[in-house]
Amino acid sequence: MVGRLRGPGMARAALGTVLAIAFSYVVIFIMRSWYDLDPVIDGFAVLELSLFLAPIGFLIGLGAFDYWFYWAAGKKTVADDHASHGAHSWRDYFKVNTDHKVIGIQYVVTSFFFFFVGGLFAMLMRAELAQPGRQFVDPNTFNGLFSVHASLLIFLFIIPVFAGLANYVLPLMIGAPDMAFPRLNALSFWMLPLAGIMMLMSFGAPGGSFASGWTAYAPLSVTAPEGQVFFTIGVQFAGASSIATALNFLVTIITMRAPGMSFFRMPLLVWANFSTSLLVVIATPFIAVSQFMVFFDRSLGFNFFEAAGRGDVLMYQHIFWFYSHPAVYIMMLPGFGIISEILAVKSRKPIFGYRMMAFSLLAIVVLGFTVWAHHMFVSGMQDWIRVPMMVTTAIIAVPTGIKIFSWLATLWRGVLHLDTPMLFALGFLTMFTLGGISGVVLAIIPVTIHVSDTYFIVAHIHYVLFGGSLLTIFAGVYYWFPKMTGRMYDERLGKLHFWTTFIFFNATFAPMHVIGIQGMPRRVADYAEQWAGWNLAISIMSFFLGLSALVFAYNMIASWRGGPRAESNPWRALTLEWQVSSPPPIFNFDAIPTVVGGPYEYGVPGAVHGVLKGGAEVPQPAGATASAAGRGHGGGSFPKDEE
Amino acid sequence: MNRERGRDEKTPVLWMVVHGVIASAIGIAAGLAIKWFPEQASTQAGPIDHLYDVLIWTSVPVFVTVSIIVLFSVRNFKMRPGEEQLDGPPIHGNTRLEVIWTAIPAVILVVLCSYAWIVLTDIEEARADEMRINVVGQQFAWTFEYPQAGGKPIKSTQLYLPKDRPVRFHVKALDVIHDFWVPAFRMKIDAVPGLETRYRVTPNRLGNYPVVCAELCGLGHSVMRSRTLVVTKAQFNTWLAEQKAPTAAAGGGGDIDGKKLFTDGNGAATACGACHTLADAGSQSQTGPDLDKNLAGKDAEFIKQGIVAPDTRVAPGFQKGIMPKNYGDTLSAEELDALVKYLGEVAGK
Repeated sequence: MVGRLRGPGMARAALGTVLAIAFSYVVIFIMRSWYDLDPVIDGFAVLELSLFLAPIGFLIGLGAFDYWFYWAAGKKTVADDHASHGAHSWRDYFKVNTDHKVIGIQYVVTSFFFFFVGGLFAMLMRAELAQPGRQFVDPNTFNGLFSVHASLLIFLFIIPVFAGLANYVLPLMIGAPDMAFPRLNALSFWMLPLAGIMMLMSFGAPGGSFASGWTAYAPLSVTAPEGQVFFTIGVQFAGASSIATALNFLVTIITMRAPGMSFFRMPLLVWANFSTSLLVVIATPFIAVSQFMVFFDRSLGFNFFEAAGRGDVLMYQHIFWFYSHPAVYIMMLPGFGIISEILAVKSRKPIFGYRMMAFSLLAIVVLGFTVWAHHMFVSGMQDWIRVPMMVTTAIIAVPTGIKIFSWLATLWRGVLHLDTPMLFALGFLTMFTLGGISGVVLAIIPVTIHVSDTYFIVAHIHYVLFGGSLLTIFAGVYYWFPKMTGRMYDERLGKLHFWTTFIFFNATFAPMHVIGIQGMPRRVADYAEQWAGWNLAISIMSFFLGLSALVFAYNMIASWRGGPRAESNPWRALTLEWQVSSPPPIFNFDAIPTVVGGPYEYGVPGAVHGVLKGGAEVPQPAGATASAAGRGHGGGSFPKDEE
Repeated sequence: MNRERGRDEKTPVLWMVVHGVIASAIGIAAGLAIKWFPEQASTQAGPIDHLYDVLIWTSVPVFVTVSIIVLFSVRNFKMRPGEEQLDGPPIHGNTRLEVIWTAIPAVILVVLCSYAWIVLTDIEEARADEMRINVVGQQFAWTFEYPQAGGKPIKSTQLYLPKDRPVRFHVKALDVIHDFWVPAFRMKIDAVPGLETRYRVTPNRLGNYPVVCAELCGLGHSVMRSRTLVVTKAQFNTWLAEQKAPTAAAGGGGDIDGKKLFTDGNGAATACGACHTLADAGSQSQTGPDLDKNLAGKDAEFIKQGIVAPDTRVAPGFQKGIMPKNYGDTLSAEELDALVKYLGEVAGK
């Protein structure tokens, strides 16, 4: 047992957690004694310091900092130490592992766990809302449910699942053996489940979970019961994870592209993640600041948002939304990249207007920082801010529209392979257009004054996040499933998943546009009698939507365990990740490939994107009608894990 | 190898345009037919609703265009058996097309924003003879104040408004952020602690309309609902006069007027009428139980406990923790007795 505790791993992580809590206890004791405070132990103070330190203790025990500690202590370290690289059994996925492919899978699986938890909360909410009055949960619990639902799905699902998919795919796509900072990559991942566990733990706090929405406006969040701090501090770890990953992506993309891969020969997934990473590193610190300010107001008696103490209540919203608006682009741009990959391959055509697709991503990054106050049209901020924000919000529809039209033009005259990833991509095109349209409606101030904080907003959010982001996530998971697992998913179940999702998603969220405008506010555990019929219908549809997710779960698990083996390039794609085995060898490529052309040259006879060296087959150029699609050479095979 | 698909020749853009026009017509008709909004009870409502109709006219064709292209592509360009190894034509772009689909949306958006600005200026314009009403939001009730020249403002838990008189609401919050919204009037603004926010409205239709809190304010947010009554000018003046000089104290003599306490509070405590419906007092809020129903046939002891210890016995369908628990402190013993006596007479009987 002592041996187990000496080496990095879960046991030592548990020890680290316990030690950190004990340390917090001691620090609080010393500080409160010093200041003659009574009682000398304040439970909430110990809790709050523990929430900061326990995750760090966990990470130290797990071994996430080991290499840096040894190096800092002057001990012997080997720069190329690959001892914790690559997975040879399922156990490796529960350790600190520096392989981007392992980390990618850790991210995706963890994120989907929180997807199901957050989705379950939505089901509970819809059960309560099926009829007016109280049936299952009291208002405080209900407020907690929608707060945790949104926080989990935003910070523990959408943002990290995109990071995970990119983590797996991007280094392969640019011909790199791994990310620029593999150890930092591992640390980034491990901060994430800690944030999620912290948010779920809030249900055990006195007074219930945090219940002031994922937006946590002051003063409600400052005066809320202790459960609030689980969000305040949890978000810090989720944010730190996100920022470190984004830094990693930026350095990787800028410095580690294979020879010949200029910026304009990068696949659009790489452009998308580059843009997203810029958004993350610039914007995320602002939500961290907003939460630190709430924390200091709560726990140390500061007056950032305390009107009586000459603080400024609205300042919270400005700082919060300065991150949270770019956040919605963080939650969408990687999805745009995924759609570009899938549409090109499944239409057998180059992406239409590649340069404008890249520039539109950058335009969205820049413009995304100029629109935050459209979340504050009725907040009571100065009147003059509103019209400029309306204008910038409208402008951002232009680069977004360019992307939609370019994707449509990509389909046009292609040879469309209508399998599951393609269906989700097509579903995205139509549903995200609807979400974007309701977004333009929301730019129009006189209408927004009426619909702010109503179910119209709930409808818009879910059209862009579910009909937008989630459909791209499903598309990407199905598309890269063969590469990541070495197996094919079941295509019929995939199509079933798509159709049930598409139909019940619309049935659930479309009516919300109507009841919102009719006058039903959001974040309510109960509503006026006149909306009983619509709410019942919406709830029933939402239960079917929930069930459709189970089809996905079954398909993923069953196919991963026993699906037919996948070849290296089942989709006959040109990008580099498809030129190696499924799953790829431990260091991706025998030798760094050379890129000699664009990534989407379908229809051009003899076009080649990347050339792999070492006596391997030249990858299948586009459009050939010759024999079997070449099997990837896969020299230096990945030691297969036998289930 | 790739080839131009034979069916291309049979996919004239004209065919798609025809389908698109028909689908748009149906979509726009449906969009205009849906009863989106509550009734129009203010001069602001008309321009806002019309602006929304214009948005329907613009949005439907955009959605139809995207959907038609997706559906036609799926129908015409789907891979057919034998085409598994086939690629499409290597079309990389078309500058003219890209300029068009950048310029047209930009123009549409400029037009929409300009129209929106015109409407915004119109609905927020100052009018002559505006009446100022202060609105105070707190967890979980609204109180309204009618400033009187050279005197104390009249406090009320009822929002009475005279038809056709422009009103300027000055909105405040005592604890957390709330939002004062009358859907029938369309306008809303957050009530923010430490700030005074304002908006203008001219009610122009008689009626009784819901008032909704539209910003999450705690566990009573979903029940922080009240009503506003738009009455004739004469009725309004009568009501105002009654507030200034109430008739003989209901609740039987003594120095303290139980009814006035119910409708106005005593300064330290929120007035009961802010949350409770009571026919005699004219209050209509739905935050708490309807006292006409809940106190029917109840004795003084029951009524008193309901005031000073509200969580001991919560009416079915309502929650603990929303009614303030400190009325025992904020009301004096005499005030409490007067209130209990008044309620016993108008509701308990």
